[in-house]
Amino acid sequence: MELLALVKHDCPVCDQVLPVLDAARQRGAAIRILSQSGPEETEAQARRLDLARVPELDRDLELSARFDPDAVPTLVLLDRGSEADRVEGLDRARLAELARRAGAPLELDGLPERRPGCASLTRDPVVAARLAARAARETGRLRARELELGELEDPFEALFDRGFSDGLPLVPPTPERVVEMLDATSRDAQDLVAVVPPYDGQATVEKVAINAVMAGCPPAVLPILLAAVDAACDPAFALLGLVSTTHPSGPLVVVSGPLSERVGMNSAGNALGQGNRATLTVGRALQLVVRNVGGGRPGQEDRAAHGQPGKLSSCFAERLEDSPWLGLAQDRGVPAGETGVTLFAAEAPRLIVDQLARTPEELCASLAGGLEWVGHRRLRLAFDAVLVLGPDHGRILREAGWDRGRVRQELFERSRAPAGELVRGAGGIAEGLEERFVTDPAAPVPKFAAPERILLAHAGGDAGLFSMVYGGWVAGEIGSEPVTRSVAPWQ
Amino acid sequence: MRILDPTRQAAPGGRPLAARRMAAGQPATIALLDIRKPRGDVFLDELERLLTERGHTVLRTAKPTFTKPAPADLRSEIADRCEAVIEALAD
Repeated sequence: MELLALVKHDCPVCDQVLPVLDAARQRGAAIRILSQSGPEETEAQARRLDLARVPELDRDLELSARFDPDAVPTLVLLDRGSEADRVEGLDRARLAELARRAGAPLELDGLPERRPGCASLTRDPVVAARLAARAARETGRLRARELELGELEDPFEALFDRGFSDGLPLVPPTPERVVEMLDATSRDAQDLVAVVPPYDGQATVEKVAINAVMAGCPPAVLPILLAAVDAACDPAFALLGLVSTTHPSGPLVVVSGPLSERVGMNSAGNALGQGNRATLTVGRALQLVVRNVGGGRPGQEDRAAHGQPGKLSSCFAERLEDSPWLGLAQDRGVPAGETGVTLFAAEAPRLIVDQLARTPEELCASLAGGLEWVGHRRLRLAFDAVLVLGPDHGRILREAGWDRGRVRQELFERSRAPAGELVRGAGGIAEGLEERFVTDPAAPVPKFAAPERILLAHAGGDAGLFSMVYGGWVAGEIGSEPVTRSVAPWQ
Repeated sequence: MRILDPTRQAAPGGRPLAARRMAAGQPATIALLDIRKPRGDVFLDELERLLTERGHTVLRTAKPTFTKPAPADLRSEIADRCEAVIEALAD
């Protein structure tokens, strides 16, 4: 049996116990005393207390991390190297008991009966994070290469210089921050989330977490982001084509379910806009994964002619408490009560104003008119759309009892147009249907390939008779299909 | 400051050539790959005419859709049968 003591220099209780331990050691007791403090502070403390020997240093807090005490002084009774018992703080009776069992009597007269110790240095948040990062590296939880930034480098500039940024400043992904992010999921850090185009980068949970830190994600959103990365890399979503197209679309993440509110996502006023960390950083982190893990960079692999601001970040949460229907993800198979994400290849959203419609028929006719202009009114069956109903518009449909299927059918039918209006050259517009396909100018031509190709969501502020439409990229089997995933497997 | 690498940590590596090289001035089998963008076929028709005039054999191939990579079978067929491939890329 032997004793091991952990102390630190700025702890008054350690000051009381240290001379007792030092004296016992002088008498030949097997006591190892280790300080959590630095060499200079430890030597100064030894001088101040007139100790016979300066305590050893617990370098890199190796033993402190191993025994992980809440407080110091901590006296550990070791039996052949394994912990048999311990006392944290000052407790005369217990200290005497441990000393007796170790055969190393302590002179405890004059000390108080009990006094709580001071927080172990390992409980300092900064130190605890450092130790957690070290442990994560040792156990293989962290495997990403470590990059050392120069002492004179500004870390924010360094992240731009190394090509990691989407054009805005990034949070430096220190191992400590990444470990805190990883703590937000039960998944193993080395689990493969997806293979990301264009260069088939392996997005492990760890790599996604690193990009999440850079994007500024609060850790609570990580499961939503993981589900979004998984969905975006489903072959049906055609992310490789989406990244490399000249079209301005990028991945839009629609979050439906109770988790969105719990992680702080805003589904009300300005739901599609600025001001909300949770939504903006999920959309941003997904694009950073595409950039850094997949290797898709604007102007190189990404050949967008214009792009659009949503390619920095495009994510919103559905407002479900007064929605006319279940959420979009729930409509697409995610169990009620769970949270799901739906990925859609989207261009920038655009407003549809109708402040006069009071009946569902009037409203659907109006919204269908707006939907017809996705891409171009003359282009048919090529694009899908996400229609985000504002609550004032949603209320008209809810009060009329129109379900999602009914609304989609109405929008599908009302967005048809006579072939003669759509043919190439009509009205002096070159774009349009090829003449050989127009046998009957009066025949109605649908805008969408099917009613289900109009995705309906509900979000926005309390006031404003507005809805928003996200036009899609090349849709369906020949292009991108919306993909929905439950967040549950990633929590 | 230490940070973790956010990239896929790709290392440049060698890759064996997938097809035989063309010998200069010799007739060859050349694949013309239509990616299914409008009017790509017009461009490839003209190329086919020019290549055939010069004594080359042309293999016309097409991706199912321009939005997705060519299927592995198609890539393999081109690599097996042709010395070169020309892709009609853009709009």
